Amino acid sequence: MSILVGNDTKLAVAGITGREGSFHTLNNRSYGTNVVGGINPKKAGENVEGIPVFGDWKTCVAESGANTAMIFVPPPFAAASAQEAAEAGVELVVIITEGIPAHDELKLYNTVKEKHPGTRVVGPNCPGILSPGKANVGIIPASFFKEGNVGVVSRSGTLTYQIGNELSVAGFGNSSIVGIGGDPVPGSSFIDIIEQFEADEQTELIVMSGEIGGDAEEQAAAYIKDNVKKPVVGYIAGFTAPAGKTMGHAGAIVSGTAGTAAAKAEALEAVGVRVGRTPTQVAKIAMEILGS
Amino acid sequence: MDLLEYQGKQLFGRHGLAVSDGKAVTTVEDAIAAADEIGYPVVVKAQVLIGGRGKAGGVKLAANTDEAREHATSILGLDIKGHIVRTLWIEAASDIATEYYASVLLDRGAKQPLVMFSSEGGVEIEQVAEETPEKLVRDNVDALVGLTREHAVDIAKRGGADEDVIEGVADALMALYEVWLEEDCSLAEINPLIVTPDRQVKALDAKVTLDENAMFRHKENAELGDSANADPIEVKAKAQDVIYVKLDGDIGIMGNGAGLVMSTLDVVAQYGGTPANFLDAGGGSDAAKVKQAIELILENDQVKAVLLNIFGGISRCDEVANGLVAAFGELNPTVPFVVRLDGTNDEAGRKILQDAALPNVHAATTMDSAAELVVKLAKGENA
Repeated sequence: MSILVGNDTKLAVAGITGREGSFHTLNNRSYGTNVVGGINPKKAGENVEGIPVFGDWKTCVAESGANTAMIFVPPPFAAASAQEAAEAGVELVVIITEGIPAHDELKLYNTVKEKHPGTRVVGPNCPGILSPGKANVGIIPASFFKEGNVGVVSRSGTLTYQIGNELSVAGFGNSSIVGIGGDPVPGSSFIDIIEQFEADEQTELIVMSGEIGGDAEEQAAAYIKDNVKKPVVGYIAGFTAPAGKTMGHAGAIVSGTAGTAAAKAEALEAVGVRVGRTPTQVAKIAMEILGS
Repeated sequence: MDLLEYQGKQLFGRHGLAVSDGKAVTTVEDAIAAADEIGYPVVVKAQVLIGGRGKAGGVKLAANTDEAREHATSILGLDIKGHIVRTLWIEAASDIATEYYASVLLDRGAKQPLVMFSSEGGVEIEQVAEETPEKLVRDNVDALVGLTREHAVDIAKRGGADEDVIEGVADALMALYEVWLEEDCSLAEINPLIVTPDRQVKALDAKVTLDENAMFRHKENAELGDSANADPIEVKAKAQDVIYVKLDGDIGIMGNGAGLVMSTLDVVAQYGGTPANFLDAGGGSDAAKVKQAIELILENDQVKAVLLNIFGGISRCDEVANGLVAAFGELNPTVPFVVRLDGTNDEAGRKILQDAALPNVHAATTMDSAAELVVKLAKGENA
């Protein structure tokens, strides 16, 4: 199988007419993703290389049958577009946009949870989801990855490419690669994605790549202890980050003594997750487990 | 963005939270004029983004003009743990009957706002949380509903506020929640929230952190913060839209993607080096951006060696290599560089570097070997 995106994905893109939006949408389509529409209130009726543009999500879903949304619109409007997609009944909303206010993310998260429980949000500030050989929704450079049995979930894009590439060079592939994003209130947490990998037949090993800030890794550790039988390999970035400084991602900040890399690695190791100290080591541990 | 006390209090005032009359000044003359106008006694308070200013002599009571002059003179320019005092807040002195604690923040774990209140104010709240957790109320609030009056009253009661100021504390909590919500704060904290002898509830201090991602809808807040004490390279980087964080070491670091850069710092540290900075050049790092980034890194004169760690996804390694060649042409750096190019167009990128034969530039293929090499070079050892 693979998770979240695959052969059944029918993708529509908000922000499809923008420079980045159109570039990555067409990239996703040439990878084989079924792209069925786009949204731009001012350009309804037009098309982007044959992909029809609709004025709003409701019309788009009704006419194209889209079940997956990708959000590329600028930060002031991104959360509203994601919510509109959820209201229109889209099952999966992937928000690529970086720089959305945390309060908007908070409202979006709670609104979707309360009013649209059938919708899953991934992101914001994430590279998207790739199921090698099936579908690519987002900006992950697919050429580095091939189909296989390692599920990857990560708060960081380039770090995912780094780890995935090392696995790939060594001959291993991926079921799905899920970027959950580096913002303070992500739509999906490590737990949400790990739960799906645990249930996915194709996935035999799970790699989770975390970083400083918040307590999502600690929560994942507690979840893994009671619910996950598949082996999990962890990585945490930011051991050398000073407290009080935002390290690139809006959510990557050590607040006082909370959210440190050491505490996260410790929490994971305490439940039997092997944590690599470098991306290379993560790949090595994964290979060790898979090869044995 | 962290706000200075007086900036936080001005936000509080705009949302109906009681604060003392005061004035922000930057010279001794203005401090005296402000104190004379407000009326004695006044408190002269150093405005810096660091705790412990009272102990460092940065907060003093003045009973008359002479004392105001004396204190303003001694506090302006004071170095408090590396923060130079450039602004003073002159405030009418308050009589204090009781000190409480109140805050509103984004609870990332619960994905809801969190309101905290305690009758044990004026001390480190972490200490209260640890030693007498029963005296600290921590309540999540439904983000879609907000803090209700009923809930605020309940929090005040459970937190141990005196019976006769329950309503006043609830008012303060409601106002603080409004500040947090409407100003897009990640944190709005009052410690202490005081009760005066005539039973008024008032914010004696303010600790506010604003979400920089929300600044587009708060243009009036854009100039706040303590830019005078910010690192000059960080200020310049911000203006150029480059994410740069100054650190204490001697190895300059540039990479693409926040996670990869954090990881690069860690790997350098594991090989015994100390990073001089965090620099995320972002996706799509074209030649101009690479040049700009290298310029910023070299502006820090502590830098003895530089590591470029690029995994090309959206960014292409050949573009990064072109940027590096262009930067060398203009900047003529004297420190050694280690360049690791992997990912999109990595071979083309390495060829560009090879052909350019830049002096003192070493190529590496893996992150670990690159880190090991740059640490050696920073120590003055040969490659």
